[in-house]
Amino acid sequence: MEAKHRLPVGRLEERFTEKKPLYTPAEALAEANRCLYCVDAPCIKACPTSIDIPTFIRKIAADSVKGAARTILTANLLGESCGQVCPVEVLCAGDCVYNEWGRDPIKIGRLQHYAVTETLKRDPALFTRKAPTGKKIALVGAGPASIAAAGYLALEGHEAVIFEKKAIPGGLNTLGIAPYKMKGHAALVEIEWVLSIGGIELRTGVEVVKGEAGAGQVSSADLLREYDAVFLGLGLGPDSNLGIPGEDGAGVVGAVHLIERIKSHPGLQLEGVSRAIVVGGGNTALDALHELSLLGVATSMVYRRTEAQMTGYVHELAAARLDGGTLVENRVPVSVVRDGDRVIALRVAESRDGKAIAGTESDLPADLIVVAIGQSRATQIALAFDGVVVDPKGRVVVDAATHRTGNAKVYSGGDCVNGGKEVVNAVAEAKIAVRAMHAQMMGA
Amino acid sequence: MADLSIDFAGIKCPNPFWLASAPPTNTGDQIMRAFDAGWGGAVWKTLGNPIVNVSSRFGGVDYGNTKLMGLNNIELITDRPLEVNLREIREVKHRYPKHIVIASLMVETKEEWREIIMKAEDAGADGLELNFGCPHGMCERGMGSAVGNEPQVLEEIARWAVEFAKTPVIIKLTPNIGDITEPGEAVLRSGAHAISLINTIKSIVGVDLEKMVPLPRVGNASTNGGYCGPAVKPIALHLLSQLSRHPQIRKLPISGIGGISNWRDAAEFIALGSTTVQVCTAVMHYGYRIVEDMLEGLSDYLDSQGMKSVSELVGRAVPAYQEWGDLDLSYRVVADISVDKCIGCQLCYVACMDGAHQCIHLPGKTEAESRAAGHIHMPKLIPDRAVISLAAAEGARVPYVDEDECIGCNLCALVCPVQGCITMKELPTGKVPETWNDRVQKGTNIVPGGLDATAAARAAT
Ligand SMILES: Cc1cc2nc3c(=O)[nH]c(=O)nc-3n(C[C@H](O)[C@H](O)[C@H](O)COP(=O)(O)OP(=O)(O)OC[C@H]3O[C@@H](n4cnc5c(N)ncnc54)[C@H](O)[C@@H]3O)c2cc1C
Ligand SMILES: Cc1cc2nc3c(=O)[nH]c(=O)nc-3n(C[C@H](O)[C@H](O)[C@H](O)COP(=O)(O)O)c2cc1C
Ligand code: SF4
Ligand code: SF4
Ligand code: SF4
Repeated sequence: MEAKHRLPVGRLEERFTEKKPLYTPAEALAEANRCLYCVDAPCIKACPTSIDIPTFIRKIAADSVKGAARTILTANLLGESCGQVCPVEVLCAGDCVYNEWGRDPIKIGRLQHYAVTETLKRDPALFTRKAPTGKKIALVGAGPASIAAAGYLALEGHEAVIFEKKAIPGGLNTLGIAPYKMKGHAALVEIEWVLSIGGIELRTGVEVVKGEAGAGQVSSADLLREYDAVFLGLGLGPDSNLGIPGEDGAGVVGAVHLIERIKSHPGLQLEGVSRAIVVGGGNTALDALHELSLLGVATSMVYRRTEAQMTGYVHELAAARLDGGTLVENRVPVSVVRDGDRVIALRVAESRDGKAIAGTESDLPADLIVVAIGQSRATQIALAFDGVVVDPKGRVVVDAATHRTGNAKVYSGGDCVNGGKEVVNAVAEAKIAVRAMHAQMMGA
Repeated sequence: MADLSIDFAGIKCPNPFWLASAPPTNTGDQIMRAFDAGWGGAVWKTLGNPIVNVSSRFGGVDYGNTKLMGLNNIELITDRPLEVNLREIREVKHRYPKHIVIASLMVETKEEWREIIMKAEDAGADGLELNFGCPHGMCERGMGSAVGNEPQVLEEIARWAVEFAKTPVIIKLTPNIGDITEPGEAVLRSGAHAISLINTIKSIVGVDLEKMVPLPRVGNASTNGGYCGPAVKPIALHLLSQLSRHPQIRKLPISGIGGISNWRDAAEFIALGSTTVQVCTAVMHYGYRIVEDMLEGLSDYLDSQGMKSVSELVGRAVPAYQEWGDLDLSYRVVADISVDKCIGCQLCYVACMDGAHQCIHLPGKTEAESRAAGHIHMPKLIPDRAVISLAAAEGARVPYVDEDECIGCNLCALVCPVQGCITMKELPTGKVPETWNDRVQKGTNIVPGGLDATAAARAAT
C-alpha cells in the first residue's frame, strides 16, 4: 500500500538500520513453533489490547498467516506498529512462561510484525465495514489514539473525520519512534491501510482551536455542533524547559523536537556536534541518548538520581550502552556554559536524592544539550469543549470504563489522558472509547 | 467466504469438523463446550455394555522438542452407564439441534445391536458409527478390530445395523489390516452408508528400562495399545486414498481420521476424498479451541483457490495418486540451495554423503580431501560462497550441489532446518514422458546390470 503523505528524502533517520528487521518466513516459522500455545496465557494479560497471542502464533505455525493477522488486528488495529514499537520486554514477552524457565521468551512483537505486514502486503481488504449508520464523529489529532479510534468507528459503519494540525499525520508514532525500531514511513503506510477501510476523512494542516477559527483552523464549537460525537487524541505538548541560565539559544534543544527533526527534516546534519548531553531519566531521554550515539556523537545522559531510580526501561539503557551511550548519575544541571553563542559545556552539581549539593559544580563538555525532562500538556484546547475537565497534571479527565469526558458528547484517550504511555495504550483506550461512543450513538 | 457446510450421507452439518469418538466426547457437557468453540459435529465416546478401565492408560512419543507426536492408549469404550450417556445425547441435541451427534456403538449380539441402535436413535443421534476398529481390550472380547479384521463378520453385523437403523450407518475401520479394500468392500456389500477411518494402530509406546515393563505401565505389566496423533497421519492418508480411488467404495462418503491437527491437515484429508474429518489427539493436547484455526484456515484456503464450497475440494487430489509404474521416468528435479538463506549447518551435506548420493560438496576442500571424505565424482568447480545470513561465523560456507550427480531424492531439502532454503527445481530433461509401464509395453523394461540368470531367462522369452 502506498502512503499519500510522504516524508522528504535526506533525513538523518534514513541512516539507521532496523534492530529487529522483518522476519523471513523461515524465521517466523521457527519462532512460532517454539510457542507453547498456553491456556489462560500470561502474555495476553500483559498486552493492553489483549491480543490473543497463543492463537495468532499458532496460526503462523499452521501456515495461516492471514488468520494470524486477523486475530491481531481485531484486537489491535495498529498491530503492525505495535509489533515494532511496543516495549515487549515489559509487556507480553516479559510475562511469557519461558521466562519462568530461564529461557528466551517468544519474540511476540516480531511475529506480530511479520503476520500483519506479510498479510497487508497481499491482502489489505481484511475487514468489511458494517452498514452505514449515518453518524459522524470528529477526531482531534491524528496520533495513534485517533487513528485507531477512527478505524474502529469506521468498521462499525460510522463516518470519521480527523483534524490534524501538522502536515504529517501519525503523531509521535510517525515523528517520535526511535528509527532503529520503525521509520516514519511505516507508520504512514499503516495509516493509509486504516483509511482504506473507508468512511474516514483525514484533514491535515487543520488545527482545532477555541473560539473563532482562522485559516487552517476549525473551532471546537463547530465540532460540537456538527458532529454526533468528538474524540480528543491530543497527545502531549512541547518539551519542558530546564529553567537554568544559558538555556535559551542555539545548541540547547528539546528531545522530542530533536527526534522529530531526525525523523522528518531533510536539512538536519548535526555538523560540528561531536559531544552531546541528554538531560533526563525517562524513555525519551534514553531514545535521544541511543539515537545520538548511533549517529556517532559521543553522548552521555545526565540524571539527577541513581540508575535504579530511572523511569526509563532497563532494557533500553542496556541497549543504548551497547551502542556507546553512557550514564552520569546523581547530577543536576546548573547552567549552560557558552563561548559566545556556542554551547561548550553543561555545568552540573552533584546531587543526593535529586537535590543539588552546593559547592560541587563541575563542567561536562558538550556541543549539544538535549532536554528530556518531560513534555508540557497540550490539553488547553480540551477545555474549549464545555464540561471537559483537566486534572492538576494537565491530563484530560475521563471515566475509566467509557473514556467519556465531562461533556457527554466528548471522549478522549491516549497520551493526553494517560500522561504519556505507549502506542498500545493509546489503541487500548481508543477501543474503550469507541465501544462506549457506539453504544451511546446507537442508543443501546 | 467459502461455504463450509457439508452433506455427509444425508447428514447436514455446518462444517466438516467433527470430534472423533474418544475422551473429548465423553460427556454431553464437553460436547456442548466443543460446539460453542465451533466444532460442527461429535462422535460420542463409544457406547456399549459398561466396562472398567485401568490406570494409567496413555503413553506419548515426543520427538525433539515436540511433545506428543504420537499418542498411545489402552482405554476401552465408555465407562459410564448407558442411560446417562443417552440422557446427555438427548440434552445436547435439544440444545444444539443444528449440530451433529453421531453415536458410536460397540456390542456383541444381534439383539444387543437392535436395542442399542434403537436407544441411540431414540435419544436423537443423527447417525451411527459402528466401532469396528478398537485394537486393544475390546478385540480380545470379539469386538472392535476383531470385527474390522474379518470382512465377513463385519458385513454381517453391518447388515444388522442397516436393518435396524433409521439414520445413516457409518462403519469405522481399523488400520490393522493388510488390505483396507477388503473391509471396504464388505461395507459396500452390507449396504451401510459411509465409512470412517482410521481407528488407532496397534502399538507399544516404549519400555520402562528400570522396571522392565512396557509402557504405559499398569502395576507390573502393560499391554498393546492403539496409536494415534500427528505421527499416524501418513498412514491414515494412504488408507483413505486406497478407498477413495477404489471404483466402487469411492461412492461411499468417508470421514477421515488420524493425526489431524490444523486446517492444512484437514484440507489434505478432504483433497484425498474425505467429506468430513474427525480429530482426537490434537484436541486432547490443546483443547477444543484449535477448531478456530481449522475453520478460518480452511475458509481462507478455499477462497484463495477460488472454491466456493468445501465440497469442491473433496477428492481433488485423488486422480493424481497413481501406481508407481505410471510415474514419469523422464521427470527430473535437483536440489537448489538458496545462498541468502543458508545458515551453514551442513546437515544437507552429511545427509547426502551418508544417506544419499554424495553430490553435495563442502567448499574450500582440496580434491584429495574431498575424495578422502568419500566423494567419487568431482564437479569442475566448487564455488566458494560465504554464508551471508545475519551473523555468519567466519569461514562458514554454503554447500554446493553437483547438479549432474544429484538424483533429486529430496533428502537434503527435508533435513535443512531453514524453511524454503533448499528447493527442488525442475530440470527439463528434453526426454518425452515415459513410464515404467510404457517400457513394459515396449519391451524396454530391462535395466542393465542384474543377475546373469535373469538376463538369460529374459533373452530366452
Ligand atoms: C521520543 C518518543 C519515543 C517513543 N517511543 C515509543 C515506543 O518505542 N513505543 C511506544 O509504544 N510508544 C513510544 N512513545 C509513545 C507514543 O509515541 C505515544 O504514547 C503515542 O504516540 C500516543 O498517541 P496519541 O495519539 O495519544 O498522541 P500523539 O502521538 O502525540 O498524537 C497527537 C496528535 O494530535 C495532534 N494535535 C494536538 N492538538 C491538536 C489540535 N488542537 N488540533 C489538531 N491536532 C492536534 C498533534 O499534532 C499530534 O499529531 C514514544 C514517545 C516519544 C516522545
Ligand atoms: C484415549 C483414546 C480413546 C479412544 N477411544 C475410542 C473409542 O471409544 N471409540 C472409537 O471409535 N475410537 C476411539 N479412539 C480412536 C479415535 O477416535 C481416533 O480414531 C484416533 O485417535 C485417531 O485420530 P487422532 O490421530 O486425531 O487421535 C480413541 C483414541 C484415544 C486416544
Ligand atoms: S506465554 Fe509465551 S509460550 Fe505461552 S502462549 Fe504466550 S508467547 Fe507462547
Ligand atoms: S490429566 Fe487430569 S485425569 Fe489425567 S492424570 Fe492428569 S490430572 Fe489426572
Ligand atoms: S542444511 Fe540448509 S542451512 Fe544447513 S548447510 Fe545445508 S542448505 Fe545450508
